[in-house]
Amino acid sequence: MIQTSPKFTSVADIERFVETLHGRASKVVRVCIGTGCAAKGSRRLYELFCEAAKQSSQDVKVEAKSVGCHGFCERGPIVVVEPGGIFYQRVEEPDVAEVFRETVLGGRIVQRLLYEDPGTAKKVEKADEIPFYKVQERIVLVNNGQIDPTKITDYIAEGGYRALAKVLSSMTPEEVILEVEAAGLRGRGGGGFPTARKWRSCREAKGLPKYVICNGDEGDPGAFMDRSIMEGNPHSVIEGMLIGAYAIGSEQGYIYVRNEYPLAVEHLRTAISQAREMGLLGKNILGSSFSFDIRINRGGGAFVCGESTALMASLEGRAGEPRAKYIHTVESGFRGKPTNLNNVETWANVPQIINRGGEWFAGIGTEKSKGTKVFSLVGKVVNTGLVEVPMGITLRRIVEEIGGGVAGGKRFKAVQTGGPSGGCIPAEHLDTRVDFEELTKLGSMMGSGGMIVMDEDTCMVRVAKYFTNFLQKESCGKCTPCREGLSQMLYVLDRITDGEGQVGDVERLEELAELLEGTALCALGKTAANPIISTIRYFRNEYDAHIKEKRCPAKECRGLFRYEIDQETCKACGICLKNCQVDAITGEKKVPHVINQKKCTLCGMCWEKCPFAAVLKV
Amino acid sequence: MTQEDKLIGQIIDRYDGEVGMLIPMMQDLQAECGYLPVDHLRSLSRRLELPLSRLYAVVTFYASFRLAPKGAHEVTLCLGTVCYLKGAGRISEAISKEFRVEPGGTTRDRLFSFNAVNCVGACALAPVMMVDGKYYDGVTTESAIELLQGLRLAEEPAETGSKEAAT
Repeated sequence: MIQTSPKFTSVADIERFVETLHGRASKVVRVCIGTGCAAKGSRRLYELFCEAAKQSSQDVKVEAKSVGCHGFCERGPIVVVEPGGIFYQRVEEPDVAEVFRETVLGGRIVQRLLYEDPGTAKKVEKADEIPFYKVQERIVLVNNGQIDPTKITDYIAEGGYRALAKVLSSMTPEEVILEVEAAGLRGRGGGGFPTARKWRSCREAKGLPKYVICNGDEGDPGAFMDRSIMEGNPHSVIEGMLIGAYAIGSEQGYIYVRNEYPLAVEHLRTAISQAREMGLLGKNILGSSFSFDIRINRGGGAFVCGESTALMASLEGRAGEPRAKYIHTVESGFRGKPTNLNNVETWANVPQIINRGGEWFAGIGTEKSKGTKVFSLVGKVVNTGLVEVPMGITLRRIVEEIGGGVAGGKRFKAVQTGGPSGGCIPAEHLDTRVDFEELTKLGSMMGSGGMIVMDEDTCMVRVAKYFTNFLQKESCGKCTPCREGLSQMLYVLDRITDGEGQVGDVERLEELAELLEGTALCALGKTAANPIISTIRYFRNEYDAHIKEKRCPAKECRGLFRYEIDQETCKACGICLKNCQVDAITGEKKVPHVINQKKCTLCGMCWEKCPFAAVLKV
Repeated sequence: MTQEDKLIGQIIDRYDGEVGMLIPMMQDLQAECGYLPVDHLRSLSRRLELPLSRLYAVVTFYASFRLAPKGAHEVTLCLGTVCYLKGAGRISEAISKEFRVEPGGTTRDRLFSFNAVNCVGACALAPVMMVDGKYYDGVTTESAIELLQGLRLAEEPAETGSKEAAT
């Protein structure tokens, strides 16, 4: 057991320290405490396992560990038992005693808690046998779910800070940049800008001090990759920033984290103070002349702060308004000094690239998009969660193999990628390979990695309206096209979904979209029309149905469909009748009920309350 | 030195008086007071030698700052894309109707503040609602309203006499 944390003063110290880490417990229970699992009570499970471990007999050494997100949040809380890597899902408090007795001590498996393949109805014991994990290739998430994110020793035992040691002892800053260049790493925040080029520009820029920033303001709704990395493996981000700072020549870093991610802030704070204690942050790191420290800033809940210049304004204590970027931030960014900003996932890739070589990294992926990408696969799929896949995989494999297809036997309609700046990709393009350029060609984008699956019940006009509404609210208001253009587009969309669309509205939207793309100040405004453009491109028929036939094909827009009671299915139970606020339903015992369409206000209460699904939308 | 000055002083010292750390300072202040009382802001602006208008610009720009006291409970409903697809919009409407509170507001009896946020990043659990930091997954209109009515029941016996006369 190691209790004291030594202060490393040389590269060899890390190696020596790793040797002292061996001889850990042979039996380990890993309880996920990521936001998803914690929401379902996993912290209590962890405490119970700790208690059980304490009380067990002395000859069996059991260690209970709280670990970061496994990605399969939908199946949480997740508990993994070593040896064997037995993967238990949806574990509840009463299960703890049984898991401990049977599996941890007895080596037997609790069948009930295993994952069951919905296709084959076969029980699966290990995580890597589950289709959800099988197709994945984990580089960034490799230690998520393995290590305790609040213990730096766990990260070091898995090879952590070895890349930093290598860089400080044997590489010049230029060599570091060349390695990242060879890897072909591109920004994971959405833009896909070559990371090495950004680093070099910042290194060569005049002016001191230089700053490095980690953008953890993951604002895209439906995306939580960065949250899971910051929560589950914060040291990988810190190590990446250290290496980048060394390459660029910076001594001060900032991590800007969204206000909505309290656990990420907590874990990063712990990680930073541990790294400082061990001499991995601070002055003369590992005995070298390199000094670097990191500060955390919490965002204030403004989507636009994910934009680099807005983020820097926010860091300076001002309202987060972007500025025109005719002077790049690598030359004049935070406080007017050269500033290099990268996304969480980009930083987390860096240590792996240094450890395993740029060539290895470049061997994964497509010609222009290298390595892996983490997506949060959510929406109306069977398996939702975090997935890391090699670039170049088809959307179909992600949705069907990993995601298990659309939930509830419904038909797939579209997958939305790239957040509010992205677009919807329809079924006929599911065989597209995931790649920065390919997705852009389809009118969507890679974005930060949200991937939201939509089924036949989703109205695409409403999806466009949802994102436009989102962006209209989040627009900072600095430039006119974004502020006024989005309001006008929303006005038109509102009218369409209300059944008051006019012929020519689609063209009006297209015209405004073009204007926005050409004249808005920042990337947020320039791409704000993408959800509208892409839905018009692939689902024009839905717009037309709303406008010309006053009909919502997905039956989502109130007023553009009716409710009717199916006379065959109706059991005449009277529930709908009682719940109808306007007495629009008539019927008696044993007589199927009927909705009086003249009285009906389309509130949908009968549809929600009917236990026999006899109320239909037509 | 008044209580208020002392608190402001502590918070400023925490960030070495760096004007750039205005946002964290106000976040800390809000964490202490529950909202940003205007007297505190005035004092902060004096100490940092920043015009009050500058503080006000920042406060009103970011969604997480509030200038009015919040309710006894904090209710956060996620309106991210996935939650929205799974019906969070309807839940929001139902809460507004049932408790007569708009997103961003507080119920008249100060029972709870109702925030609708963009995404809490727990999409696998959608629709998600948080009450005082605790996550509730897969909520429906009924379960959400039931949960919030539960707050009222729990609150009723103890809700009086919270105003103190400290002048």
